[in-house]
Amino acid sequence: MLLTCFFLLLCLFTCPATRAGSMELIGAGATFPYPLYSKLFYVYWQQTGTKINYQAIGSGGGQRQLVNMTVDFGCSDAFMSDEALRTAPAEILHVPTCLGAVAVTYNLPGNPQLRFTPDIIADIFLGKVARWNEPRIIAANPGQNLPDQDIAVVHRSEGSGTTFVFTDYLRKVSDAWEKRVGRGKAVNWPVGLGSKGNPGVAGVIKYFPGAIGYVELGYALLNDMPVALIRNKAGRFVRPDPKTTSIAADIPLPEDTRVTLTDTDAPLGYPISSFTWLLVFKDQAYRGRSEAKGKALTGALWWMIHEGQQYAEPLHYAPLSPEARKKAENIIRAMSYYGSPIHP
Amino acid sequence: MEALFTPERIRSRKLSVKGREVVFQKTVFLSALFIVVLLLGIFLSLIVYSYPSLNTFGASFLFGRVWNPVRGTFGVLPFLVGTLATSFLALAISLPFSLAIAIFIGEYSREGWLSSILKQVTELLAGVPSIIYGFWALFVLVPVIRKMEIGVGVFPYGVGIFSASLILSVMIIPYTASMGREVIALVPSDIKEAAYSLGATRQEVITKVVLPYARSGIMAGILLALGRALGETMAVTMVIGNSNLLPKGLFSPSNTMASVIANEFTEATARLYLSALVEVGLILFLVTMIINIIGKYIIKRIRVGG
Repeated sequence: MLLTCFFLLLCLFTCPATRAGSMELIGAGATFPYPLYSKLFYVYWQQTGTKINYQAIGSGGGQRQLVNMTVDFGCSDAFMSDEALRTAPAEILHVPTCLGAVAVTYNLPGNPQLRFTPDIIADIFLGKVARWNEPRIIAANPGQNLPDQDIAVVHRSEGSGTTFVFTDYLRKVSDAWEKRVGRGKAVNWPVGLGSKGNPGVAGVIKYFPGAIGYVELGYALLNDMPVALIRNKAGRFVRPDPKTTSIAADIPLPEDTRVTLTDTDAPLGYPISSFTWLLVFKDQAYRGRSEAKGKALTGALWWMIHEGQQYAEPLHYAPLSPEARKKAENIIRAMSYYGSPIHP
Repeated sequence: MEALFTPERIRSRKLSVKGREVVFQKTVFLSALFIVVLLLGIFLSLIVYSYPSLNTFGASFLFGRVWNPVRGTFGVLPFLVGTLATSFLALAISLPFSLAIAIFIGEYSREGWLSSILKQVTELLAGVPSIIYGFWALFVLVPVIRKMEIGVGVFPYGVGIFSASLILSVMIIPYTASMGREVIALVPSDIKEAAYSLGATRQEVITKVVLPYARSGIMAGILLALGRALGETMAVTMVIGNSNLLPKGLFSPSNTMASVIANEFTEATARLYLSALVEVGLILFLVTMIINIIGKYIIKRIRVGG
């Protein structure tokens, strides 16, 4: 009897360990997909026993830590530059996991539903359009009562992927923006004031009549903030939501998916959308890693771009478009261990 | 009992007492030395890590008005101006209040419930975490200042140099006030009594005897407060507006050196960008050091009988 008890106990303690080898993966990077990843990794751990520990330290940190080989995967809202990839110790792959969008939000009396053309947005953030009742804004918003009030521009104060996506959009739609500011996680803003994080920007706008700014779409939806419809390349005014964001990626994509989706060609797509990527080394045999670890990583990635996609929309993220998923599948299949493919 | 202190016993312990003395002295010395080494180490590593930026920009870093991470052009001038403007303005705003507190507690009401409450409260000000100051400023102070700005007729940002200076001034009051109180209380009573005996009024004694006597100590308190203001990050970041342009006026949004480091460090991926941020830290370090040296010099010059 005692012996059976002992055996049972032994089984109890060893079972979770034998299940998937109690594999643990470590990742670090962007803060933007953190809520989604927390959910995904929790569900994945429950289903498979593979623990994935993710630290939201920012995209830059995620890239640095992967390059230094201190994590199993990095995560970034901006794809790595050609130069960064060249100087990396081994080939790095970008696996898109979901999409995000940047919403333009504002504070006006009664918060009417505004519509913006790309040139209006660019000129507002350049400081060229400085009042709410400028003829161009009125022309884009027939029937709306726009106040005779100064526009106060609010932007992110810290380096952020949201800023990168937003300025990338402005760069594409405005030559003046491209010449004067350009795109980056932190840029030299011609006007306005900076506030920290989505909550900071949202907070300033909320208490500042006449303010305009940009926040991550999920944050805007979660907090019921007014968001502007934006005219896309096809000439449609598109409301930002997870669906229109996904559609933005339903266009021919390059094989490595390192592309910005802003100003998309998709006729129904929201023009300020972007992928977020997991970054991994193509060959998983580095720093004495076991093949099992590489397999666990590809398995988790595969799960994220398939079963995991259902968790995106409830959390206000946009799932991958069919085209994007196909490309992501190819990228995961390309992963290897000492040159031989590891995805089953 | 007297057996405890027999000459034999004292002699027998003498060596170990001496030994302990040596150990104690060495420990103290090494600990003190360690701080110096640490400071030097920080200074050196700042120089090493900012080398790419030092090499690329040279002196133009100090006078550059453009901070553009996209183009890789970095100039610290807007932040230098922002830091100095907010710190000195905060000092100017806080000085009347902190001096008044110091004189009141140090001279008028040394004991009693009122002075003990005042003492506790000013010291409590120093203990409040700066993020709380920041929040309070953002949600209470900024809307008030926005209304004021509408009244004055400037663009009602609410945040900016003025707001940051106001919140900083509250944060640095305890440093000047406590130091001032201590030195004012230390003014020898015989010279005060001498002044009274010559027919001086209390106000005259304070302005002509107490304050001149205590001025070097008060100056030391000011220096401490200034150091705190220069380096304050969190509360300032929340209300200064984080604009990287050279400030145009008292109410314009600006940025400080500490803020820009805190804001941009996490996402700085390019090598030059990162080293430019470290160089901002180096300059902040140097500015604090220079101000401290000037302050020490002033303290020496104005010290009574020194």
